[in-house]
Amino acid sequence: MRNHAFIYSEDMLKYKFSDDHPFNHLRLQLTKSLLEAEDALQPDDFVTPRMASDEEIALVHDQAYIEAVKKAGRGELSPGLANNFGLGTEDTPMFHNMHEAAALLVGGTLSAVDEVMEGRATHALNLGGGLHHGFRGKASGFCIYNDSSIAIEYLRKVYGMRVLYIDTDAHHGDGVQWAFYEDPDVCTLSIHETGRYLFPGTGAVNEKGNGQGFGFSINVPVDAFTEDHSFLEVYEAAIWEVAEFFKPDIILTQNGADAHYYDPLTHLSASIEFFREVPRIAHEVAHDFCDGRWVAVGGGGYDHWRVVPRAWSLLWLEMSDQRHIAEGSLPETWLEAWKDQSPIPLPTFWTDPADLYPPIPRKPEITEKNKKSLDKALFHIRNEKNR
Amino acid sequence: MLIEEIMHKDVAYLTAENTIEQAMNVMHERKIRHVPIVNDKHELIAIVSDRDIRDASPSIFHADEHLEDLQKPLSSIMKTNVVTTGPLDFVEDAASTLYEHDISSLPVTEDDVLVGMITETDILHTLVKLTGAHQPSSQIEIRVPNISGQLADVAALFKANNKNVTSVLVYPCEDPEYKILVFRVQTMDPRRIIETLESSGYEVMWPRMPGMSP
Repeated sequence: MRNHAFIYSEDMLKYKFSDDHPFNHLRLQLTKSLLEAEDALQPDDFVTPRMASDEEIALVHDQAYIEAVKKAGRGELSPGLANNFGLGTEDTPMFHNMHEAAALLVGGTLSAVDEVMEGRATHALNLGGGLHHGFRGKASGFCIYNDSSIAIEYLRKVYGMRVLYIDTDAHHGDGVQWAFYEDPDVCTLSIHETGRYLFPGTGAVNEKGNGQGFGFSINVPVDAFTEDHSFLEVYEAAIWEVAEFFKPDIILTQNGADAHYYDPLTHLSASIEFFREVPRIAHEVAHDFCDGRWVAVGGGGYDHWRVVPRAWSLLWLEMSDQRHIAEGSLPETWLEAWKDQSPIPLPTFWTDPADLYPPIPRKPEITEKNKKSLDKALFHIRNEKNR
Repeated sequence: MLIEEIMHKDVAYLTAENTIEQAMNVMHERKIRHVPIVNDKHELIAIVSDRDIRDASPSIFHADEHLEDLQKPLSSIMKTNVVTTGPLDFVEDAASTLYEHDISSLPVTEDDVLVGMITETDILHTLVKLTGAHQPSSQIEIRVPNISGQLADVAALFKANNKNVTSVLVYPCEDPEYKILVFRVQTMDPRRIIETLESSGYEVMWPRMPGMSP
């Protein structure tokens, strides 16, 4: 059995709202191309994503919404009706065959789940997924169908797994959280920039789940301008304590790459190091608690030239035990292949320069505040443990 | 928004003849801190709070002593001077009543008859809804001169940018020459609207490193 699977198809690039929309799945091709230039992807790593069926999408989404998305993709949905479903907005405009494009991303995450659950791989990666803002009956924040929610429900129904979902996108993983807010067999952990200004505004520490699910939604909001050290301190403490508390059968990580300093939509100050450490720790957790069972998906990431290809390559290199590759310069062939298309100079090293950004003036306060948020977020878990 | 839209209609109540122990049980079972007291016409005559009960209970160091005290009627401890609200009152007014009297719940009465109950938690939740913070949105704060017509001018820019606004609040500013407009907008990418606002001469307050260029 090979250890790891890479879900990919050029068709995933058809999930495209418009040429100047910030969500651009060219990221997938850029990442694959970088990994191939480093000889880090072998032919038998690849798995072609399947299309998710309507029944599978309906594990989470309303039938009426699925019909609306289909109609929207054929240009048959009126703007008034579209608006009720969050479609045809600036964030999620309607586009040709949008149902098929979105269903393929869902299918990709389900293929990743099948690889792991049917024993063909220990870890599987679908960078096309991670659309964590999708709601039961509404598109939101660039997301149409919520592949992660669907995959979690699929893991519950088909395989009876207890799932720990870990979301390190800079935006709160609201769609997944609300889908399982009352479910004690699914635990969601989201670490994100505070919703003070940033979309979607939710994800406060006091959102902890409801009814039977109380205690199984965990949110750690971090302050704007949070840097690697504080961010990782919070992440590492949270993921271990939550895994210890919940004892998952499998982890599903959402690996948005928009917490980087360069990202145009958020206000965090992570460097590329953050994206090296996040999967490293998730990988350890998967082996310590779940016999290695780990499905990873992509997510946000809006500097798709300078940040996302490196960040997501690091995720794959961690998953496939090829960490040593990510040292020194980026391969010349990759730089040559893309430099003419990139509107900004491409990075030339795997690491970021030491002077990536000017020093942050309020660093000690931010670090202290993030620690306090962590303590509040984990309060009930620590309380339980000490009883 | 009106009180009748958010009040609890299934209210736990007692009469003046019920015992202190019964009130303790009701509070425990229903997880409430206030029990309204009614007469035989279901008119509100008094209220008993968890503090009234506490004052009447033995200290934990003497938990087994004077238990007969708990069999006394509620009439011996209830407060008869009750602050109430009506079903057609505004939630905002009820909020300021709670604040003025420094209390945490209000019985709702109609012609003195008890029809509901409202607590500070209900009101806080309603205010959260009024701010739009429960719907996916970005928050944009704009400092504008304190003269009439500013809100309309700014709102027109949101319309021109095709951005759906979920809520608007107008806050006072430290400098009385200005006000702060707080918009919650249904978008994950507010860059263009911020740019439009700034190029129209408005000051947008947005996470920004102190001492660094915007």
